[in-house]
Amino acid sequence: MKILVTLVSLLSISAWAADNEVSVIIRDHRFEPAEIHVPAGQKIKLVIQNQDATPEEFESHELNREKVIAPGSKANIYIGPLSPGRYPFFGEFHEQTARGAVIAE
Amino acid sequence: MLGSAIIVFRETLEAALIIGIIAAATRNLPSRNFWLLVGIGAGVVGSLIVASLTGKISELAEGTGQELFNAGILGLAALMLAWHNIWMARHGMQLARDAKQLGQDVVSGTREMSTLGLVIALAILREGSETALFLYGLLAGGDETLATVLGGGAIGLLVGALAGYGLYAGFLRIPARLFFAATSGLILLLAASMSSQAARFLVQADLLPSLANPLWDTSWLLDNSSLLGRFLHTLVGYEAMPSGIQVVFYLGALTLILAGMHRFRIRPHTLAT
Repeated sequence: MKILVTLVSLLSISAWAADNEVSVIIRDHRFEPAEIHVPAGQKIKLVIQNQDATPEEFESHELNREKVIAPGSKANIYIGPLSPGRYPFFGEFHEQTARGAVIAE
Repeated sequence: MLGSAIIVFRETLEAALIIGIIAAATRNLPSRNFWLLVGIGAGVVGSLIVASLTGKISELAEGTGQELFNAGILGLAALMLAWHNIWMARHGMQLARDAKQLGQDVVSGTREMSTLGLVIALAILREGSETALFLYGLLAGGDETLATVLGGGAIGLLVGALAGYGLYAGFLRIPARLFFAATSGLILLLAASMSSQAARFLVQADLLPSLANPLWDTSWLLDNSSLLGRFLHTLVGYEAMPSGIQVVFYLGALTLILAGMHRFRIRPHTLAT
């Protein structure tokens, strides 16, 4: 386990900051915009602002991400670098309406 | 009502399976039931506290508080499970062989059980806080009444708990000579799976490189959103689209724990004396 901890601290130094920032809003249990176009092969920082009065959980099996976003708060989620393609995501707490996709091109 | 039942079931399933495995693996330990209940109680109370602090936790560490929190919980739980497996490698055969000798080892057994109570509390904390938030959201949204939210939640919880109990009951049917290998094998995979999930959260927080994303894609074969996919995700850490670093953590944890179990194992001939 100690080795793992060391590995974590070593690797985190080499991790770099993302320049590509994309803003998404959650309103009335929907993502706006529902389709997010991003460049392929680059790391992206999704900034998701939940304007609803209820919490939401951003989830995507394709992007391998999940994060709870409290009402009225902003959440950062790093994704990629992605191969070109379509990566659906959804709000787990309002799956019927809260649907969207990241399109890497 | 069905919506809340399904989500609560999903969130409960993971914690219930973990409790089922731990309850089976520790069936011979003293004060097992007490520590199981303490773990469950602490987990439920803790998840309500975490749920109420979600916004605050998220804001920590420049917006990556939630990822660090989840990775920390998973890492700690993995560490405790690793410790348990190494401890069992030392004492497991003793437990199976001589119940009387166990009596002399009550102190050690209780400490062991309290460690696993903590793992249970951590497992419930993670899933429980999300469940509490979801149910709160349903109520705050005003589309459902308290009765339908609680009713649906109770059904989901019950079905999830039944799945955990089913796993436990299944384990108890395993013949004694295979039982130790089966439970410690599953706990080993559980710890590796938690390490891999911790790595995923650190990638999401941009603290670790993903190495390859995804390293492979088997979602055409078994999707993580399917019931079997979820089941295997919890039990053995199955990921349809893992990043490279997750696989590194998974195999790293597996290797380290196996090495620890081997290093501290008491060989059968020394037990005979």
